[in-house]
This record gives sequence, C-alpha cells and structure tokens, in this order.
Amino acid sequence: MSAPEDALVPAPRPAAAGPGEVLLTARGLTKHFPIMAGFPFKRRVGAVQAVDGIDLTVHSGETFGLVGESGCGKSTTGRLLTRLLEPTAGSITYRDRDITHAGRKELAPVRSEIQMIFQDPYSSLNPRQTVGTIIGGPMEINGIDPEGGREHRVRELLEIVGLNPEHYNRFPHEFSGGQRQRIGVARALALEPKLIVADEPVSALDVSIQAQVVNLLQELQRELNIAFLFIAHDLAIVRHFSQRVAVMYLGKIVEVGDRDSIYQRPRHPYTHALLSAVPEARLLDAQEEADDRERIRLAGDVPSPINPPSGCRFRTRCWKARDKCAAEEPPLVQITGSVGGHLTACHFPEEPTTAARDEDIVLDPALAAIEDAVPGPAAADEGS
Amino acid sequence: MTSPSQTAVTQTDPSGLGPEGLRKVKDRKGGELVGRSPGQLMWIRFKRDRTGVISGCVVLAFFLIGLLAPLISKLYGKDPYTRYGQITPGLLVNGYPAQPNGGISAEFWFGIEPTLGRDVFMQLVYGIRTTLYLSVAITLVSVLTAIVLGVAAGYFGGRVDYFIGRVIDLLMAFPNQLFFVAFVPVVGAIFVAPEDAMATWMRCLILILVLWFLGWMSLARLLRGTTLSLREREFIDAAKVSGASPARIIRRELLPNVMTPILVQTTYMLPSFVTSIAGLSFLGVGLVEPTPDWGRMFANAADYYRNDITYLFFPGIAMVLFIVVFNLLGDSVRDAFDPKRAR
Repeated sequence: MSAPEDALVPAPRPAAAGPGEVLLTARGLTKHFPIMAGFPFKRRVGAVQAVDGIDLTVHSGETFGLVGESGCGKSTTGRLLTRLLEPTAGSITYRDRDITHAGRKELAPVRSEIQMIFQDPYSSLNPRQTVGTIIGGPMEINGIDPEGGREHRVRELLEIVGLNPEHYNRFPHEFSGGQRQRIGVARALALEPKLIVADEPVSALDVSIQAQVVNLLQELQRELNIAFLFIAHDLAIVRHFSQRVAVMYLGKIVEVGDRDSIYQRPRHPYTHALLSAVPEARLLDAQEEADDRERIRLAGDVPSPINPPSGCRFRTRCWKARDKCAAEEPPLVQITGSVGGHLTACHFPEEPTTAARDEDIVLDPALAAIEDAVPGPAAADEGS
Repeated sequence: MTSPSQTAVTQTDPSGLGPEGLRKVKDRKGGELVGRSPGQLMWIRFKRDRTGVISGCVVLAFFLIGLLAPLISKLYGKDPYTRYGQITPGLLVNGYPAQPNGGISAEFWFGIEPTLGRDVFMQLVYGIRTTLYLSVAITLVSVLTAIVLGVAAGYFGGRVDYFIGRVIDLLMAFPNQLFFVAFVPVVGAIFVAPEDAMATWMRCLILILVLWFLGWMSLARLLRGTTLSLREREFIDAAKVSGASPARIIRRELLPNVMTPILVQTTYMLPSFVTSIAGLSFLGVGLVEPTPDWGRMFANAADYYRNDITYLFFPGIAMVLFIVVFNLLGDSVRDAFDPKRAR
C-alpha cells in the first residue's frame, strides 16, 4: 500500500474559514424516536430519547471527538448533524445558516461542505458500482466538473487516500476492509468538504488497519484543513486524533473539554469510570509495581433511553449519587478547578486526576464477590 | 446483509487484490486493469453450470421456435389453419388418421389432427408462439408492477408500505384459478357486447389483464423485503449525504441491487404463467378457434385420446419439457447469483 503522505495531496485550499472560526453549532439538539403501538390505530406510546438536548460546537480545522458507550446516541448525533435524521427539537447552524429543518433542495449548498464517513466499509459501498462511479457519484449529483474531468479527479482522490488509481474500474468486493474504508474516505473528499462527520470510521477494521486509516485521516486534516467530528467508542483513538473531546452518556453530553483536560483531569464520575475501564497491555510484573491508575467498575447496564432516570442520568450507576442528583438535572458548566472550556455536568464532581484511589470502586456485585473470594496479587504477596 | 455475489468473491479471494484470484480483463486504455462486476461474475458461474447452460439452450430454442414460427411454416410448407385431412381424400378415415400413429408421415411430421385434419406440427409451433407471447407479456407487466409497488413500499415505508401491503394481502387471498375461470368471461363482457364476436387481440388483452391482476404480488412482496433491508445499508445514506434525490437513489443505488431477485423470480414466473394460460384454454376460457393455442390442444386431445393418443403426445411432451427446463434454468440462475447455497 503506497503511503498517502507523498506530494500527491494538492495544495491546501485557501482557507475561507480561518482556524477557530465556528463551523457547526448544535443547540439543544434532540432526537426522540416514537414508539408506536396499538390496534387498529397505532398511537404513540413513548419515545426512545436517543439524543436529548445536546450542545456542541465544531470549529473549522479542528477535530472534535465524541465518545461514549454503545447506544448512548453518538451515531444518532452524527446523523442529525449531517441531516440524515430530522431533529425533534433544537437547532443546527452551519456558518450562520440554520439547517435544522432544511429540505433536500435547501441543503444542497451545505451538502458539499458536510460529508460523512461511515462505520461499516462493507455496507457503505454499493456492490454494483465501480470505484470510479462510487467516488464520482457525489460530483455527478452536485454537478461539479473539476478541471481535467471527473475521472481525472477520482484518480487523484484514489491516490490521495493511498490507493492505486488503476483501481478506478474495480468493484468494492475486490478490496479488503481497510481499502474499502479508504474508498469511503475518497468519496467523502470528492466534494472538498469543510467538515467530515466520521461515524466510528475504524471500529470495523483490524487494529493494524485502524492505525493506517486514522493516520490517513489525520494527514488529510492537516493538509486540507478539514474539520472532523470523530465519533468513536475507542478512547485511545479519540485521544490520538482529537483536539477536543465530548463524553456522551444516555443521550446527553456529560463532559466536554480539551483532550488533555478530559483525559488527564476528568471531573465527571462517568468519565473517570470510562477512562479506568480502558484495558492496558502491560506485563504482570510491571502492573504490580506501577498500577497508578484508579480502578472503577460500574454495575449494571446503561438504563433504557425510553425511560431515562430523572435528574442526572448517570445517578443510577454513580457511587456519589445523592438525593439532589435525582431531583435536579446538573447543567453543563465549567466547575471550579477545571481549565477554561472544560465543561462538566455534575453536582458532585470528582478530583481532577486519574491517579489510583485509596480504595477501588467496585459497584458490580459479582465482581466484588470474586475480589473478596480470591485474594488479589498484593494480598498474596503479603501472605508469603 | 452482504449481497451473495459479494460474499462469494471474498470467499474465493480474501486478499481482494491477489493477482491470481482475479482474472483481469485487459481494457482498451493501455492495458488498464478492469474489475469484474457482480453481474459478470454471475455469468461466469452460470457458464460453469452444465444443467443451466443446457436448460438455457432448450428454453432459447422454444423461444426461437415461437418467434420464427412463420419461417418454419414457410420451410415446412404448411400452415396451422388449412384442413389437410378434409381437402386431401384418404388421409382421414371416419375422422381419424388413416395411417398409424396419428398419421405421422414424411409429409406430416407430428401427424394430423382427427376430424379437422390440420397439421399437428404447425398447430404446436403456432400454439407455442401464442402462449409464449402471452406469458412474456404478462410476465413483463407483472414484473414492472412488482418493481414499482414493491420498491416504493420498501423505500418509502410508513403509510405507503401499509397500504400496498394490505392490497397485496387482499389479492393474495383470491383463489387464483377459480378467479381466472370466473373473470375472463366477465371482463370480456365489460369490453364487448355479448352478441358481437370478440377480436383475438381483445381476448389476448383480457387474458393478460386477468393473469396480471393476480400475478405480481409475490415478487412485489419479495422486492419490498429486499428494498427494506437495502434501505438500511450505509451506501444509501452516503448517497443521501451527497444530496441525491429519491429518484436517483432508487434508480442508481437500489434497482441494480434488486436485479437478482427479479431475475430469479422471473424465471419462475414465466413457466407458471404458461401453465395458467394452458389451463384456461383447456377449460375453454382462453383463446378460441381458429387461433392456434397450446392449451387448447390438450382440450381437443381429451376428446380423441381413447382412439388416438398421438395427438395428446406431442403437446404434452413439449409442455413438460418446457416447464421442467425453465424451472431448472431458474434454479441455475439462482445458484449463479447465490453460490453459497449448497445444492
């Protein structure tokens, strides 16, 4: 596979939006999927509150990471922002243009500026179209005739994403997962977008391929000054790729801030739990000596988004939950002790550190029982 | 859900780009490598299936016979209308062929018809012609209806899907054959006054109408399901994100992907229409004399078979051969599209 970072990438387009300019804003963005039941006339009996009032801002040229457990509404958020889904409430603004409820025709000028990379490289490419048709499709739809013709541009794009331009007439089934994802990236680039919503672009790929694709995306961002909304559940990849990170839980953003601030000085208990759950590949000996990370093991599952808990949504699994958490929903604000731009939605925030605590927090009863029965390595050492 | 052809290739060529796994086609432009489309792969697999190729050839032969009937008639020197047995003395004795085996001779290859004395070979060739014309027409309109309604139901969902779904349920509740037998005369009476003679084209039209009315539902339902699953796939979203119109998405993204079930179902539908038309003719509600008709030959043969089985023999063998071969072809087409399905 040829390296994408050769001098193939065209000169960065004149940055109409300088770095830091607000590109996309969402305010109180909400998506409720209605649940219909009843016979013979179906009535609305409830709603899956997939995304419930989130605010976020993406600046031009930056990478905004969105992390959270499966089913917390990350992908729905991405689909709302690309307007694949119709928001229930709230507003989406792209460069001072309200696109919350814009129709297909009204969206046309914005479409070419917001593109998307999809999760599953096997279902995101039409098996009946050649690579050339797939990548050239967006240009055809938007009536873009680049210099030297569309075919020339597609070959150029293939080269940019590290594929052989001779693959123009191939079909998707002739490629591996990583190569297919590169085709998806080339398709997203075809319209020269300003913002790419990447919906778990690497979670379907092998780890070795993940790195290649992430590096490709990073390279593209640097060269073409494209803003990314990077949706992922892999904290390490988000850390590698994003400048700002938002943590989602059950349809809400619980914490948002700069990467280092979130990863090193998290305040929300959920962020703490999430970070402590990342497995670390270390030798056993090394682990005994230098396990300086805190250990938090949550119990149970994420509550149902059909009937989310009152107040703070994390309170059912939080070890600090008190009456106030059930009564009052914590606002997403900057709390004392956080750096600027680091917002947390919590009544009783944690200390801004990820260092080991005096006592591990193990809420899972099964896990606690195992720990009680089997003495840990430290206890075994003491005994001998 | 991955499409069958796609999984097939990943099986045989996991690397995706192995130079041996893919037999490359040289393109005109400086020997550039060209990939093989799923359709081309299907054709390659189909060509390897001997049953499929033989069935395909026989089916093609039937269609050629139907298409070239006037040419055959000219070469053979006879037509299906002349009553040779009555104008040439000695061919028929007491209404039955004088010679053994239904009057098979060098002159009358398949013998002559009892009583009227027409040439059986010509009757059969022209009968195949009318029946195939009719069934191809019915298949075409049914497939088109199924595509429009099935894909619309699947793609738009919601109320459209609900409404089309209930219409399909309603029509599927009709007993087919009974409906045909009952409604061909009824529909005929709507268009033509009972005292007037009905033109042949009008009869054909009525047959097409009635058979189409109850013929499109199963394919429509199948396409609805396929579209429903395709709609959730991300390449549809990708097209939407690029701003594609629903018409373009259906035309360029959906339809090429539902060609497989359409083709497979069509090869099963056509022979079933052939038998339905023959059945209607046998029951006396199909085409009438003097138009040559495959199904009516069975009805006539039923009157004669005690004294002369030959007249039943030829149309019967031809019909069985056609149906069996066409269904085998359908199986082969399905296997070629879906190589994972073990046989």
